[in-house]
Formats: sequence, structure tokens, C-alpha cells
Amino acid sequence: MTAQQGPLAIEARGLVKTFGTNRAVDGVNLSVPSGCIYALLGPNGAGKTTIINMLTTLLKPDSGSAKIFTHDVLRETQVVRQLISVTGQSASVDERLSGHENLTVFAMLLGFTRADAGKRATELLEEFGLTDAANQTLAKYSGGMRRRLDLASSLIVQAPLIFLDEPTTGLDPRTRLQMWSIIRRLVSTGSTIVLTTQYLDEADQLADRVAVIDHGRLVAEDTPRNLKAAIGRVTLRIQLTNEKDVGQAIQITQEVLGVKASAPDALLVTAPMTNPELVTDLLVALRGVGIRLAEVNMQAPTLDEVFLAITGGPKQEALIQ
Amino acid sequence: MTAIVPGAERKLRNRVPLRMTVSNSLTMAYRNILLIRRTPQQLFDVTLQPILFTVMFTFLFGGAIAGSVQGYLPIIIPGILAQTALTACITTGVQLREDMDKGVFYRFKSMPIARVAPLTGPLLADVVRYSVATALTFVMGYLLGFRWASVGGAVLGGILVVFAAWCISWIFALLGVVLKTAQVVQGVSSAILFPLTFLSGAFVPTGTLPGWLQDFVNVNPLTYIVSSVRQLLNQGTIGTDFWLSIVGSVLVVVIFIPLTLWAYMRKA
Repeated sequence: MTAQQGPLAIEARGLVKTFGTNRAVDGVNLSVPSGCIYALLGPNGAGKTTIINMLTTLLKPDSGSAKIFTHDVLRETQVVRQLISVTGQSASVDERLSGHENLTVFAMLLGFTRADAGKRATELLEEFGLTDAANQTLAKYSGGMRRRLDLASSLIVQAPLIFLDEPTTGLDPRTRLQMWSIIRRLVSTGSTIVLTTQYLDEADQLADRVAVIDHGRLVAEDTPRNLKAAIGRVTLRIQLTNEKDVGQAIQITQEVLGVKASAPDALLVTAPMTNPELVTDLLVALRGVGIRLAEVNMQAPTLDEVFLAITGGPKQEALIQ
Repeated sequence: MTAIVPGAERKLRNRVPLRMTVSNSLTMAYRNILLIRRTPQQLFDVTLQPILFTVMFTFLFGGAIAGSVQGYLPIIIPGILAQTALTACITTGVQLREDMDKGVFYRFKSMPIARVAPLTGPLLADVVRYSVATALTFVMGYLLGFRWASVGGAVLGGILVVFAAWCISWIFALLGVVLKTAQVVQGVSSAILFPLTFLSGAFVPTGTLPGWLQDFVNVNPLTYIVSSVRQLLNQGTIGTDFWLSIVGSVLVVVIFIPLTLWAYMRKA
């Protein structure tokens, strides 16, 4: 965690936004420290983009307040806009202009002279591997190229707070890794990043803190490690070579480890791990009765399981009530 | 890799200075010029129409209204000038609507720029379109045999048309901001524009019209624009109608710029 001392990058209290009868955002509080990567994690329609739109002055909250580096998003909109940059889900670039023209216009709007704007555009195109397509209109760009240009447009001037709404959705694995390294570089040079994602491993890999959003509410907020720790223990997975052995393997596992074991598929036995030292005893016992093993491993809980545990639980409760 | 100034340590102002509003608007105008360069088809309405209409109306109505094509030119050329420039105004509103629906407006809204620049820029750039329409009409008129009384009068007439068109375009900009889709903007604008251009002194002498229609023609601002341009082109002089046109155009701007900005800011 690289968080610096100082005021919060974002402080939001009780944000609410209703569209018709749908409470898209339903009382969200957020505290994002300066200098971190903060992920808003949630399924489609959870309200992540609506939260971002309110934090970036694009949408007025029905109630609640938000401050960006202590500046109120409703009263000091122009100050807030000078502190942020936003890359939306849909590419916010001009389809009918070339990559170079797009960047030049954005840079001029930010106060560059036409010559400097052109230079900055060329630099950014090079950095994002778009030099060859610099003078083509965006109609000829692929989806990935458009997203890169979109991100480049947001980085003409590096803002202290950068919002990335699903920055890697639809990108191929290589470009995705590129995006991750850009994000890490931005943080190392002093920016704070807020990103939304549906990919749990992305939040896991990148984020210092994760807010889990479901049905417009913040249902959990912590570091990825604490979130994973909160839902429990490591799972022991034993892969067998022979289906006949499954019953006996479950029995021995339960005897040795003293917990309930299960067989999620034909050749796999799993059991929650409380005491890693008992694994040796278990393996010796299995060999003693001649059960052959293909693979043994231990699995930490994934954010996937965290996500299901957190968002799945309260929903059922709500149904019962 | 050098570190940026931390957000909390920046001294920032919440106001947009006038200088920045002007420079942002000019950049937005530059963007529209780039768009025209990328898709020159956008200029179809201001190139084809003056050429087509000048030839068509001159030969269609010339004999019937003025006895000869040559005799009709002094009447029709000022009329076509005003009509094509005004028709070009429709496109202003339609393009504004189309542009505002595009993803790039999402970025403009989140950038630290003057809020009105995405509106003032395109309208500024449209001066180019009105100038193209006006110049082409002059060229067509000249080719057909029309001769102006003085170069000064012709130039001032051209400037008046472009100025009036720019002022009136704010009405269509308001429609562009308020109405939901580009098609609706197109439809409503045409419905306003057709009576305005044809029920004026643009194509026919108004003496033969029934009384109630003359009343309409006499309150139609286009009548004054057309007759002042006619006087500038044919006599090379400035009359009362010229000043009435200027005052009327300024009045439109004074009412419709704040109205359009207000509607735009409410949506933005």
C-alpha cells in the first residue's frame, strides 16, 4: 500500500440517486485515501457507473454529498474538474476525427497552444502504440485501439485523481496487462486511481482497497486480503486417480483432519483446512491404504467466493424477511 | 517519471475566466472546422443549394414575375442569398443535436473547460458555412448575368446576410438543445423555415398578395433582410431596412443566446 498522508482523495456521505423507481445508488459512503488504487467491484447494474458519474460532476446526487480533495462536487464543480480525469465505459472520443486530431483538440481545451498540443498528441500516440494509426479516423480503429486512445485522452495532463470505468473490459490479455502497468505507474507518480471492475482477479491484483457494490449499496469495504480472510479458511484439494477411492478417501480425510470433507466432482476431495500440520498425517494415511493421488494443493479463497458470500447472503435474508 | 503536484496542495479557482471561455470556444470552432475537413459532405447544403436554387428559381419564375430572366435577377439573387443562409441555419441545430448525443460530449462535460464552449464553438464555425453559401450565390448570380451596383454594396450585403444568419442560427441552436432527436430538430426547423422564407419578399413582389398575407410578410424579419440586401446590391445604398435588419438580428441574439445557454446548462 502506497497511500500517503493527507486529506482523503474522495469522501462521500450518503450518496443516493434514483432513476424512476429504481434506487440505482442507495446511500453509499466512501473514503478513498490519497495515493491508492481503489476498486469498485460489482456486477452489471450494481450502480458503479452512477457512483462514478456523481463523483465526477456528471450527475447530481438526489441526496448526500461528496468531496474530492476536500472540494464539494456540487458547489466547486470547476475546481473538482481540474482535479480529476475520467475514462468512461464507452469511448469518449470523436469518431469522425483522427487519433491525433482528437488528442490535439483535448489538449488545446486544457490550455496547450496548438503546437504544444500537437506535440503532446504525438507523444501520447507513441506511448500507447497508436503511431501508425495517428492520422486515420476512428472509424478504422479496433475496439482495443479506441480504448487506448480514450485512456490517452484522459492522460494529456496527469490528474491527481483518475477515474477508470471498467478500463479493461473487452481488452485482450496482453493489452490488459499493459493497462495494469500504466495504472501502477500513474499511482507511483502521485495519482489516486478509482476503477470499477467486474473482474475479481483485477481487483485482487491491482487494488489496495476494494468496495463491493451490490444493488446500489456498499456491502463490504476492505483490503483484498482482509476480504478474503473474512470469509474463511484455505481449502485442501486432493485430486485422485481412481473414482473407486473417493468414498474411502473422504472417510480417511474426515478421520484425520476432524472436519467434514466433500467430493465436488468424481475425482476430487475437498476439505476446509484448520491445521496445516495434519496434512502430512493425512497423506501418510492415504498411502497406507494404497490410494493413488494425482495432485494435492491448497487454495486460498478467491474474491469470487468473497463476492458470492457477501452479495448472495444478504439477498436471501432480504427474501426471507 | 516525475511525481505530480498532489491534489490537496493545488490552488484552484472555481470560476472560468472570460479569456478561457473565448479560447475554449475558439478551440471548439477549430474542432468543427476539422470535422468539415474530414467530411466535406457536410457542406452539401451550402454548396449544392445555392447553385441549384439560383438556376432553378431564376429560369422558373423569371419570365412570369419579371418578364425576363435578366429582369428577375435583381429580385431573386438577394432572395436566394437570404434563403440559403437561413436554410444553412437548420443544419446548425441538427448537427448540434447529433454532436451532443455522441460519447465525446461526455468527456467535454467532465473537463475543466467553459461549459458553454461546446455550444459557442460550433456556432462560430458555422460562419464558414454561411460564407460559403453566400459566396457561391454571388458567383452563380454573376454567371447568370447579375451585376451589382457597387462592390462595396455587394460586400456589405454579403456581410449582412452572414451576420443575420449567425444571429438567427441561435433560434435553431435552441431547438437543437431542447428537442430529443436530430430528425425532430430537422422537421420542426423546416416547418418554421419554409413559411419564413417563402412568405417574404424573397421571391416575389409583395404587392399582389392578399391583405392578410401582406401583414404576415410585413412582420417577417426576412422581408427586411431581403429588401436591405436588395437595396445594397442594386443601388449600393443603405436604407432604413438595413438598420431594422441589424436591430432585429441583435434582438434575436439578445433573447436567444441566454435562452439557449440556459437550456443547455440545465441539460449538461
